[in-house]
Amino acid sequence: MDLSIGGISHAYGDLEVLRDVSLDVPSGQIVCIVGPSGCGKSTLLRMAGGLEQPDRGEILQIGEPPEGCLNALTFVFQDFALLPWRSVEGNIRLVLEDHTIGAKASDEIVSDVLARTRLSDFRRALPRQLSGGMKQRVAIARALAVKPAVMLMDEPLSALDAQTRELLIDDLVSHWSREPFTALYVTHNLSEAVRLGHKIVVLSRRPGQVREVMEIDRPLNERALGDADLDERQKHLWDVMRTEARAADEELVDG
Amino acid sequence: MADVQADRPKDSWPKTTVPFRGGGFRTQPVRWVGLIVFVVLIALIEWGTRAGWISNLTLPRPSDVLATFGELYRTGALWDNLSVSLSRLVIGSAMGVSAGIGLGILIGLFSLVRAGLVPLVAAIFPVPKIALLPLFVIWFGIDEGSKYALIALGTFTPTVVATYGAVENVDRTLIRMGQSFGLSWLSIVRKIVLPGAMPGILSGLRISLAIGIILLVAAEMLGATHGVGAYILQAGSLYDLERLFAGVTILSILGVTVSFLIGWIERRLLDWRA
Repeated sequence: MDLSIGGISHAYGDLEVLRDVSLDVPSGQIVCIVGPSGCGKSTLLRMAGGLEQPDRGEILQIGEPPEGCLNALTFVFQDFALLPWRSVEGNIRLVLEDHTIGAKASDEIVSDVLARTRLSDFRRALPRQLSGGMKQRVAIARALAVKPAVMLMDEPLSALDAQTRELLIDDLVSHWSREPFTALYVTHNLSEAVRLGHKIVVLSRRPGQVREVMEIDRPLNERALGDADLDERQKHLWDVMRTEARAADEELVDG
Repeated sequence: MADVQADRPKDSWPKTTVPFRGGGFRTQPVRWVGLIVFVVLIALIEWGTRAGWISNLTLPRPSDVLATFGELYRTGALWDNLSVSLSRLVIGSAMGVSAGIGLGILIGLFSLVRAGLVPLVAAIFPVPKIALLPLFVIWFGIDEGSKYALIALGTFTPTVVATYGAVENVDRTLIRMGQSFGLSWLSIVRKIVLPGAMPGILSGLRISLAIGIILLVAAEMLGATHGVGAYILQAGSLYDLERLFAGVTILSILGVTVSFLIGWIERRLLDWRA
């Protein structure tokens, strides 16, 4: 299933946050949105997932979601959004309980996603016992459990330290290589974008507009840390963003 | 400093240990001290009343209070009064607390209910409920009904306020997560809002039940033949200090028991917290 975002504009009262943003998320690809803070990239993502309504423009799902899909548009949040009173297993079951899929099928799904995220040994652990990286792996397992058509990832690695982030990038790459998923991936971290994005969309400062779209053809599993070509692309992205980021940084919050 | 020392060799520089200044401002559980305070205080009173520097018009002798307590237990009067009081407290506060949690959740979730009822709750909250007892006697009858109603209303208002505050404080990102996975409204309330509000609801329950005990005694003092309140009132009218203090001790024990029970529930239900 493809996702198409067409001509989105939005304002909170007098504050214009998005101006005529259009982009396509083709099936089986990861599209990264980068931009300075406050450029409306998270707002755009919430709109793509139907959690917020844009003033103008439309968001279209094109084609059928994959077979067995329980929740076509599925979020992975920056702060993990795990229920602290449920175990790892309970958090994954939460999103299956509202569907009539039978106890056996849901047991299979839980075991499968736990195995895929290498969390099988932590089934009964509570979120407070887990490190940040583990929590985000639980959240990714939960997202995989509903077999989403498009994953909407809102700065999923931004709350993690640099080493954990590298490990999770590797995880995401191996998930994608084994079974390509479709994702709209919001981040402010350019190295994440060049490692994971098939397409990188740069938004300007508020009101967010598309400044540039970069496509990277190289397979994800051939992109490594410190790769000269990727560094070159990352530097180019930063050149595009630098003035925007500085101007955004110097803006008064309510000015 | 550097200027003066610069020309001297480093190993001749004075050495001082860095003083520790990070202590305090952190409470830790200290066992038995609470009990020791009780024991010392009671021992002091016992000594004072025996030695005579506390007159027995001022305070009863603790050993006499204990003897009265034993007598109460042997004659069965303890259970007669306590069972009546306990059933009033349990039934009245069960009604008040369940209505309070239910309405508190509705206020926390629906703007219209909130706009309509928050001012009303704010108006009822500060009214001393005991002032309404005559009214309740007419509405609900002179016997148990009016006492249930009084305790119910008294526990209701703090429960409502604690509950809607707790519902408001439930992490919005968790609710948004529930919506993003397509959970039904009822599932979100049952599995996210209610457990998320539970810590706040339980701490409100502590206050509600303490108010419930106060109102129980007040209601029993104003119009009851049995119950701990009536027992204390009788003893007071006769200036029978031993019986008065025996009654007060029962109330203290009741309060400690309720607080212990809530602590136990908290440990069971909130074991997911650190």
